[in-house]
Amino acid sequence: MLALWRLGFRGALAWLLVVAFASTAVAAPSGPPVRIGSTLALTGPLAPTALLHKIAGEIYIEELNKANGLLGRPVEWVLLDDQSKPDVARSLYEKLITVDKVDLLMGPYATSGILAAMGVAQRYQKVLPHHSFGMPHLAKYEMHFPTAPFGPQPNVTVPTTVFDALAATATPPKSVAIVTSKFPSAQFLSAGARDVAAKRGLKVALYLEYEFGTRDWGALAARVKDAQADFLWVGSLGLDSNQLLEAMKKLDYTPPRHFHLFPAPGPLALAPDGKLGLATTVFEEHPPFTNNPGAARLVPLFRERASKANVPYPYVDTQAGGSFAAWQILEAAVMATKSLDDKVLGQWLRKNRVPTIIGTLRFDGPNNYGDDLFKVKQVQDGKWVVVWPRDFAAPGARLLPP
Amino acid sequence: MPSLTLLGQAVVSGLLAGGIYGLLALGLSLSWGLLRLVNLAHFALALLGAYLTYQLGTAFHVPPWLAALVIVPAFFVLGMAFHAVFAYFRVTEFGSLLVTFGVAVILESLIQWFWTADYRRYETAYATTSIRVGPLFVPALELLACLTAAGLALGTWAWLRFTYVGKALRASAEDPAIAAAFGVNHRRQAFLLSGVSAAYAGIAGAFIALISTLAPSQIWAWVGVVFAVVIIGGLANPIGALLAGLLIGVSESVTMAVAAPAWAPLVSFSLLILILILRPDRV
Repeated sequence: MLALWRLGFRGALAWLLVVAFASTAVAAPSGPPVRIGSTLALTGPLAPTALLHKIAGEIYIEELNKANGLLGRPVEWVLLDDQSKPDVARSLYEKLITVDKVDLLMGPYATSGILAAMGVAQRYQKVLPHHSFGMPHLAKYEMHFPTAPFGPQPNVTVPTTVFDALAATATPPKSVAIVTSKFPSAQFLSAGARDVAAKRGLKVALYLEYEFGTRDWGALAARVKDAQADFLWVGSLGLDSNQLLEAMKKLDYTPPRHFHLFPAPGPLALAPDGKLGLATTVFEEHPPFTNNPGAARLVPLFRERASKANVPYPYVDTQAGGSFAAWQILEAAVMATKSLDDKVLGQWLRKNRVPTIIGTLRFDGPNNYGDDLFKVKQVQDGKWVVVWPRDFAAPGARLLPP
Repeated sequence: MPSLTLLGQAVVSGLLAGGIYGLLALGLSLSWGLLRLVNLAHFALALLGAYLTYQLGTAFHVPPWLAALVIVPAFFVLGMAFHAVFAYFRVTEFGSLLVTFGVAVILESLIQWFWTADYRRYETAYATTSIRVGPLFVPALELLACLTAAGLALGTWAWLRFTYVGKALRASAEDPAIAAAFGVNHRRQAFLLSGVSAAYAGIAGAFIALISTLAPSQIWAWVGVVFAVVIIGGLANPIGALLAGLLIGVSESVTMAVAAPAWAPLVSFSLLILILILRPDRV
């Protein structure tokens, strides 16, 4: 008190304000937890990629709780395993809302699961942020909020970005072979690539669709080799790309240029056959993406956790980036409205732009989609780097020819 | 119209894929046909064998052939242990389907717990080695797997046909009471056969580790097609399993080469339905 007296009234007031602010800033969240429910494909064919979303989500919740939680309350993530099955996801979201009585929802991983969860969220009028939905025209619910920033017409904009990148090289391709999984979003974007390529005057030498879960890649590889196109577009999920490239290698064939839609980033970057492969992304671990303070904080934490979880490629990329952004928009809406009411949050998100680590997102376009923020990345020296558009390219990086 | 090279390459690819189907079907066919146990855990054991081969190779630099020398005997013992449990609880043919499904789920969970759900790839210098035959390429590892499948199928056929144990096993499967009256100790031979089936899963696993990228859920990727192979080939018929594997492999591969690849899975199951209509006694 003596010290305060000596500071004088204004000094003491300032000191008290600093102490009060500091104590608020570091105060541990208290009270009943805010429960956020979601599923992820913790098992099943989508599990390897869903693991990246789990790590990103866990980091986000921990960081949130280390600060002040949500509205001063701790946050609890009620996470269930949907086994990569949309029907299981649907039942579990029903359970999260009616049995677990969670306050808020977060989306599952991948298009089919999100579509299943969206129906449940719509029935109970819950806000559904999600991070990996690839078919915007099917998302009709007014309170879904995507952070996979495909824009309203990704079947046009995503292939256009890819072909623009290739057209800017010294030897743009004149023909394309398209091989795609029948998984809904992959097929949708690849069919779009066929149309975009044809409109740009490229010869579509081959267009093939294969079943999700194909085992024998030899015959597919033989058809790609037979087509002898300048550029191969693989509408792949997970390991499809690695398996197809390996099967082609066994036929002594390497496509001059190859693009992969939703590859498992680690295995493709680390495989010898993945060299110079292209893919799309919304975040990679280099400037300008890492200039964002949130991203700079996430990158080392993610690397540490992912390494501990034995993830072969423990870097933040489009999956973890999109996941992190989904948590960011939910937090932004809660903190801005000081509410957990789904309708209030939904209205706020539709009216406001939210800065995230993958860019500023808006939800005021058709079906709540804003801009297509996807960029083109390439495997260079065993690591993914953005090469297009040039503003987002890694320092010194450019799209390398074969 | 597809070129002859494309068709030829599709046939080669199908034959080699069929060899893997046959290799996986072999143990399943034996346990189903001779022990009346529909062993879904066979697929989980094969994948466990693959992961162990991967682990020994990547963590301890044990070459795959040496890993197989450790894994195959260990799986033989594991197969016998499984059979001890089945025998103790008197698991029936239908019951075995449920019990072994549970075992497969447990093994999948254990694999995921230890190796995580992420993909694992056993990189070897010879993974993409191929032998060139005119315009065609024959991948070396797949060829070795196919030849191993053929060797095991022939050896197992000879074992069942010409040895006392083989004859006794077939007799017990045909009529256990009469076989017992002739002094056949079915119980002991059932342990032996369970061990052999599991050992075959271990061998298949070693090849899967070298050929495929591993993920825990892969256990279920083979179930449909391998069941089709077992039924088309005939229960407890090793040569039949191999030939059915080759037939399905080639049919699928040629379908992929000349028509839409998405039609390929239709082929194996259409063949299965056709066989069941024409020969309903195969199961």
